[in-house]
Amino acid sequence: MTELFASLRQDSPIPLAAELSCGPGEVLALVGPSGGGKTTILRCIAGLHRPAFGRVGFDDAVWLDTECAIDLPPQKRAVGFVFQDYALFPNLDALGNVAIAVPGSDSALRERRARDLLARVNLKGLETRRPHRLSGGQRQRVALARALARDPKVLLLDEPFSAVDQVTRRRLHRELLALRRGLNLPMILVTHNLDEAMLLGDRIAIVHHGATLQTDTPAVIMNRPISAQVARLLDLRNIHAARVLEHDARAGITRIEWRGRILEAALAVAHPVGVTVDWVIPPARVLMHRRERPSRGERENPLLGRVIACVVHGTEVHAEIQLTDGDRNAAGAAVEDVVTMHIPIHAAERNGLQTGIDIGVSLVSESIHLMTGTR
Amino acid sequence: MDWQALSLSLELAAWTVVILIPAAILIGRPLAWRRFRGKGWVVALIALPLVVPPTVLGFYLLSAFGGDSVIGGLYQSLVGRPLVFTFQGLLLASLLFNLPFAVQPVQRAFEAVPPSVREAAWCSGLSAWRTFWCIELPLALPGIVSAIVLTFAHTMGEFGVVLMVGGNIPGDTRTMAIAIYDRVQAFDDAAAGAMAALLLAVAFVAIGLVHWLSARVARQHD
Repeated sequence: MTELFASLRQDSPIPLAAELSCGPGEVLALVGPSGGGKTTILRCIAGLHRPAFGRVGFDDAVWLDTECAIDLPPQKRAVGFVFQDYALFPNLDALGNVAIAVPGSDSALRERRARDLLARVNLKGLETRRPHRLSGGQRQRVALARALARDPKVLLLDEPFSAVDQVTRRRLHRELLALRRGLNLPMILVTHNLDEAMLLGDRIAIVHHGATLQTDTPAVIMNRPISAQVARLLDLRNIHAARVLEHDARAGITRIEWRGRILEAALAVAHPVGVTVDWVIPPARVLMHRRERPSRGERENPLLGRVIACVVHGTEVHAEIQLTDGDRNAAGAAVEDVVTMHIPIHAAERNGLQTGIDIGVSLVSESIHLMTGTR
Repeated sequence: MDWQALSLSLELAAWTVVILIPAAILIGRPLAWRRFRGKGWVVALIALPLVVPPTVLGFYLLSAFGGDSVIGGLYQSLVGRPLVFTFQGLLLASLLFNLPFAVQPVQRAFEAVPPSVREAAWCSGLSAWRTFWCIELPLALPGIVSAIVLTFAHTMGEFGVVLMVGGNIPGDTRTMAIAIYDRVQAFDDAAAGAMAALLLAVAFVAIGLVHWLSARVARQHD
């Protein structure tokens, strides 16, 4: 096992309740809102912040164990750290910034290794530039080369792409993906950008108020969040509460009641009959009924409503449908439930999708994911 | 021109710089980064010589260094000479009244070193000593040079404290500023004018250097 592990707990000044591990060659992306404690977790691993309780280590080496009063300084932990603002040494040129971090006393050897590292991050020819004469992307590369210079066992990246423009960011993403193949190190990437986490992370940990709420692959995180809280942090649409009616193991479905409507969801026996659950469905799994030509699929969780918003996003149309079926309130009007649907532009055009029309939609039952209720 | 007074002033200024600057780094660096109880009082105490009239400061130092005092008595019993009206006494007074001119620029210089740069040094495997020597000190250097220049120029020109603690003994405690006063009293305007012009030049060069250095720092941190 050549794995990084960290278990952190404290109440103040910044609350922490984090459990994470990261294997060789793996990129673990810590995602969550700004000020959610992601950077603090990274600082605890590097030895720049000491949590009230916790264990941090790599392989057999324990770097921090508050129970045994072990707390190695950053110098004794084999971490490479890329800071958010890069924190380059302004008094040294690019080569000096990297060479000073190379261990050993032979200065010629250190310089040669620094040159190799700069070449590896595509900075050949810029060795004698001072940081203030480098662009944002170049600074990030120097910071990366410096972090690798001490031959770290673990690479920690704190928002490494936040200070560069969109084009540079995409190029740096590609470079990082290429670099990691040759490194075989556990890498922890802190980002508030979910798309970046999905692109670069093998696994994603959702961090909120210092707690790792869920750690899974991007596909699982997006389709099977463990709670409505995680789903909201992921900015998922179509999160609603319902009551479990029955499990039908033979048909592979669980029936739930959502404000007077009966929905069939993927079988989820973990939620007992009668409890309130939260459920979520990806907008791409909300299917529009053809207006002229009804099909068999329309019997699957059919809903009726009126399109209240219709926006083009890339190759898709995002539509918001206010439902007109289901429970009525005291005045007899429909309770305002809104379902978001994403459909390809061509399908939207063929079916005449536009704001104001009344339509029917189906929710694909196997894509309805149930989560333990919070209410 | 009183060459003896000039050489004495230069000697006093040089010794003050040599002793005070390392002390200022020792005091200014923790003041920049550490938080502790009573820090405000320490900062105020160091700044005191900026606002206390030189003769008042000189009066208290004279009392503190006198043969009847603890410091003066101890010095006399150890060295066999009194502290007041000697070069050594003058140097000690000079170290005290220059404290803000040395400590404040050094403190500002260390405050300007971003915490993340120091943390990056630790995470690059640099020991605390190497971080200080290879990163912090070069980054704080313009501030340290400012402290040297200000301390040197201020020592060259100080009058009140020097007169109170050192008196006016040729070759021992008669500095340039005292010599100018001495020459004016003797209606020797030519000598006084030459020395005044020299001190003016020193002050001008000092201020020019400090400005040039702070501009350099601003460029490096942009």
